[in-house]
Amino acid sequence: MTEIAFLLNGTPVSLAGHSPTMTLLDWLRDTRGLTGTKEGCREGDCGACTVMVTDAQGSRALNACILFLPQLHGKAVRSIEGISGPKGEAHPVQQAMIDHHASQCGFCTPGFVVSMATAHLNGATDHDDQLAGNLCRCTGYAPIIRAALAAQSAPVPDWIKTDRDFLLAQIPSGGQAAGLRGGEPPQPGFRPETTQDLADWYLAHPDATLIAGATDVGLWVTKQMRDLSPVAFLSAIPEMQQIDDQGCTLRIGAGVTIAALRRALAPRFPSLGELLRRYASEQIRNAATIGGNIANGSPIGDGPPALIALGARLHLRRGDVLRDLPLEDFFLDYRKQDRQPGEFVEAVTIPAQAPHLRCYKLSKRFDQDISAVCGCFNVTLDGGTVTAARIAFGGMAGTPRRAARVEAALIGKPMTPDTAAAAAARMAEDFAPLSDMRASAGYRLKTAQNMLTRYAHDLNGTPVSVLEVRA
Amino acid sequence: MSIGKPLPHDAAPLHVTGQARYVDDIPLPGNTLHLAFGLSTIAHGRITEMDLTAVRAAPGVVAVYAAEDFAEMPDCSPSAQDEPLLSTGTVFYHGMPLFLVAADSHVAARHAARLARVSYDPRPAILTVDDALAANSRFEDGPVIWAKGDAARAIDGSAHVIECRFEVGGQEHFYLEGQIAACLPLEGGDLLVHSSTQHPTEIQHKVAHALHLPMSAVRVEVRRMGGGFGGKESQGNALAIACAVVAARTGRPAKMRYDRDDDMMITGKRHDLRILYRAGFDDQGRVTGLEFTHLLRCGWAQDLSLPVADRAMLHTDNCYHLPDIRIESHRLRTHTQSATAFRGFGGPQGMVGIERVMDHIAHALGRDPVVVRKANFYRAGQASDASGGSISKAASLQTTPYHMLVEDFVGDQIVAALMASSYYASRRAEIAEWNRVSPILKRGIALTPVKFGISFTLTHLNQAGALVHVYQDGSIVLNHGGTEMGQGLFQKVAQVAAGVFGVDAGRVKITATDTAKVPNTSATAASSGSDLNGMAARAACETIRDRMAAFIAGKHQVDASAVRFEGGMVRVAGEAYDFARVAAWAYLARVSLSSTGFYATPKLQWDRKAGKGRPFLYFAYGAAVSEVVIDTLTGENRILRADLLHDTGASLNPALDIGQIEGAYVQGAGWLTTEELVWDAKGRLTTHAPSTYKIPACSDRPPVFNVALWGQPNREDTVGKSKAVGEPPFMLGISVLMALSDAVTACGPGYPALDAPATPERVLAAVERVRRDV
Repeated sequence: MTEIAFLLNGTPVSLAGHSPTMTLLDWLRDTRGLTGTKEGCREGDCGACTVMVTDAQGSRALNACILFLPQLHGKAVRSIEGISGPKGEAHPVQQAMIDHHASQCGFCTPGFVVSMATAHLNGATDHDDQLAGNLCRCTGYAPIIRAALAAQSAPVPDWIKTDRDFLLAQIPSGGQAAGLRGGEPPQPGFRPETTQDLADWYLAHPDATLIAGATDVGLWVTKQMRDLSPVAFLSAIPEMQQIDDQGCTLRIGAGVTIAALRRALAPRFPSLGELLRRYASEQIRNAATIGGNIANGSPIGDGPPALIALGARLHLRRGDVLRDLPLEDFFLDYRKQDRQPGEFVEAVTIPAQAPHLRCYKLSKRFDQDISAVCGCFNVTLDGGTVTAARIAFGGMAGTPRRAARVEAALIGKPMTPDTAAAAAARMAEDFAPLSDMRASAGYRLKTAQNMLTRYAHDLNGTPVSVLEVRA
Repeated sequence: MSIGKPLPHDAAPLHVTGQARYVDDIPLPGNTLHLAFGLSTIAHGRITEMDLTAVRAAPGVVAVYAAEDFAEMPDCSPSAQDEPLLSTGTVFYHGMPLFLVAADSHVAARHAARLARVSYDPRPAILTVDDALAANSRFEDGPVIWAKGDAARAIDGSAHVIECRFEVGGQEHFYLEGQIAACLPLEGGDLLVHSSTQHPTEIQHKVAHALHLPMSAVRVEVRRMGGGFGGKESQGNALAIACAVVAARTGRPAKMRYDRDDDMMITGKRHDLRILYRAGFDDQGRVTGLEFTHLLRCGWAQDLSLPVADRAMLHTDNCYHLPDIRIESHRLRTHTQSATAFRGFGGPQGMVGIERVMDHIAHALGRDPVVVRKANFYRAGQASDASGGSISKAASLQTTPYHMLVEDFVGDQIVAALMASSYYASRRAEIAEWNRVSPILKRGIALTPVKFGISFTLTHLNQAGALVHVYQDGSIVLNHGGTEMGQGLFQKVAQVAAGVFGVDAGRVKITATDTAKVPNTSATAASSGSDLNGMAARAACETIRDRMAAFIAGKHQVDASAVRFEGGMVRVAGEAYDFARVAAWAYLARVSLSSTGFYATPKLQWDRKAGKGRPFLYFAYGAAVSEVVIDTLTGENRILRADLLHDTGASLNPALDIGQIEGAYVQGAGWLTTEELVWDAKGRLTTHAPSTYKIPACSDRPPVFNVALWGQPNREDTVGKSKAVGEPPFMLGISVLMALSDAVTACGPGYPALDAPATPERVLAAVERVRRDV
């Protein structure tokens, strides 16, 4: 049996014999008796199970309910039981939560405390965003934010700082790839360290499930109760987590997390940065990868519409065979992609500039919600006249898709609200959206049209977002 | 005195460290069985065949139970014996439990529960209000009708009349801790049940009934819930009964925890309803006559729907004097989850109706809605004086639609104070100007008041018991019938107890609610927790204190009334003894240091059939100003600022009260904005997890959020002159819906007629409606 080794609350742990898809939450509660970490939804949407995970890249909050044990190999984990000091000293956020009456029923509280302690360690003070993935039903959040503000200037306790140093000294580096190349998939899951290893193994095991952040695949286990074996975990492949600035283009490895993507792209594409700020939650962004967001082919993922509007090309690999294609061509039909058995998403490339890119996410709730409609607009203007247009939507069809007729209607016209209104009339030729629990077909079509009007106003500098208004 | 101090929740240090223990955290023996229900996949029909072979063969499965395994199917209903634990052949809703799996792990049980092969003979499902009306599918024989005056004649004689239909959605509780119970078999067939319930006595009663045991053979313990909100008043019965049945049959402990999706598919939610109204009013906007029809979707079983619908009727007046009113309430039976208690218990549904009417009248007259609201307020009550309240002007007081005298009205004073502190008038003017120059985004502002009746409308429930021990070292143990779901009840009652003994609240040990310590308790519901249990605990403490006082007074040969308990000391005849010393002496002198306490709410009398009487001891008041912004292209909206002023009497703990108010407001706003329950055409709930059902998240709270307590003592003799706080501030959230309506009116001449929840889609539809001026 291969081992999984990590630090738990400062103490090394080695495991063998577990199913590769056992979640950290179940293991903590059922095997270790560490019951401070709570199950609220088992799908990564409530944050009651939040843990702090530290590796060489830093510390981040993750949802333990959709985090498989092999994903932790070589890392350090802190559950709520490891947030207090070794002698029971309260962490500053814990004391602030008490002082500000920020717990009521207390069930969400451990998850909040871990998220807050992680933000505190990282010096993050965008509390609403840091806590968007933690739901509280009692307090209305106000006292929790008061606590976060009160604690933010307190020094980081020594015991919280130790994980990264301790980690490097105590944990055997890397995974189990060496010596296993091309062999049978070991339990608990294959953990390649290079793209080549992955390519070779996946070619030999085309029925395998590839797991990057597990924010979607996790639910196949916790909600659909599927057996995914054999599985490979991709989080130990550094080369897939790179973003390379190649001058005119940026090459983004498939394993780049949404959090890393946001950090890299927000300064360059502010509107995309805002979309990524609202992409799920801190915990999910810390785990989810852009490659996963593309490969799973969801019609409502927020990554693909933005990337398509940017003019992204997708890079696929099967064994040693590489190919690339426009991202929009990858999505063939509902949940059907242009991907061969044994082929995987390696990277995506995007242009380095897109001054007129705007991304609009429409959902019932602003944070941590799946888009009813996600519209991304990117025109090229020459003296105010549209010379090229790329407009892509999520939530409007069985796949993320371009609005080809609307785009055509814009070419050669000035980008004004009137032009937008005229072009928007073509939207019904591009899309026949569905009704579901998020929105009706009529609303989707209407707002997709209105987004084009918004875009015209937006480019003119008119305020268009309720998020920018203050009382 | 510890009463009135803003002390932290007693369990806060445990909450923040993960040490607070919930039912799922209780260590159980290794042979514990884990349970899961197999659920129906149609809304209505007969089961023609149920093949459980694969379920029984699944890994880890120990036993599977279905209807044929029960000579008599246990009932889970809190009211009408109409909720079989498992279907006995008929399916009444999509998600109804059909069979029960016992396995050696939670995951194994859940996995196996999906392997059944069930065939149905589907029948037409009654899903909507219209379906139910067409089929005359209802609880009770016909609608309940209460009237005062002659509404129809008054409306016909009015200067103005409006008539409209208003759809109001339901609400999932979304307690963070899902439903859970565990049962340990004890010797001689007795059972110990741990349940996440607001109503331990009901769990005890239903478990005993299911197993034909006396209630004395079943002990139910509840240390805390991870949220309740009414969702754990009756909805935990099925899990506790299932655990008890399995524990009794196998002799092994059994635990059942609903996965979140199962929880949302199986359990009841807040009643959604359609409100029809016809209102007559004068030029000032004063309501001259009003007719309401409530069409509530109650789901498949009666549960608590009748008192919920009653309370909706009891809150159709809110703060407004309605001399001629008729209320017709239909309790419709549908093939959906059985709607149940949820914070406010129908009150919010009733109150949102009259606030909608006020908003509509103001729009029809082109007046500020606040002016219309104030024109309709009840006449102010009399402030209580030292002798217990003046009634000299009682003749000038007005009565509610159910003929109860409104003696304590302070809504006018609260609204006046809030309008000043929130700068309502100047902000309203500034918003109008802002809207004039903002083409796409529009802001809105609204003030709505709250008057909420406090007491169970089923009068016999207004009782409580407590048990207090003082040990010979001076430490104190407190137990009462109330349950802790996060509201801070235990802390408040501990402060009451500590106040009686003149000691720090920290000296009072808080213990789990336990049916073996205090029997025959009412649910911790109706906001009554601290009113009832605080009084019962006070009575118990006073009994012990009086014994201690009599003892120490006797030693000093003074009158017992001269003994003072304060600052942790007992003062008598110029001496001051540590409380613990006196306790030790009293023990040696063979003085009983243990007592029960009991309380029954006075003054109540209520004729439900006639809709007449005094169902409430008093009213709790409040008001809120909410400001919002909407996007007229998408309907997206958010709260920009909220100012709340709320009446909790002389607060037992202002920090906890403010916490209740903030949380209730956000939860109320969620009900009316983002929280949308969607059933598909076949009656399947499609929003059954947080991925699809959106309670407010952190950034949805108002970025400017000013909350203050009114602070005047209750005129009734409640514990510490405080007022109940759990439910009333929930309805402050109604101001958000009305502010959204106000914002929409900036888009065109029509009335928004904004339904709830006001999702972006409904707001956009309202924007388009007012532009069409329909």
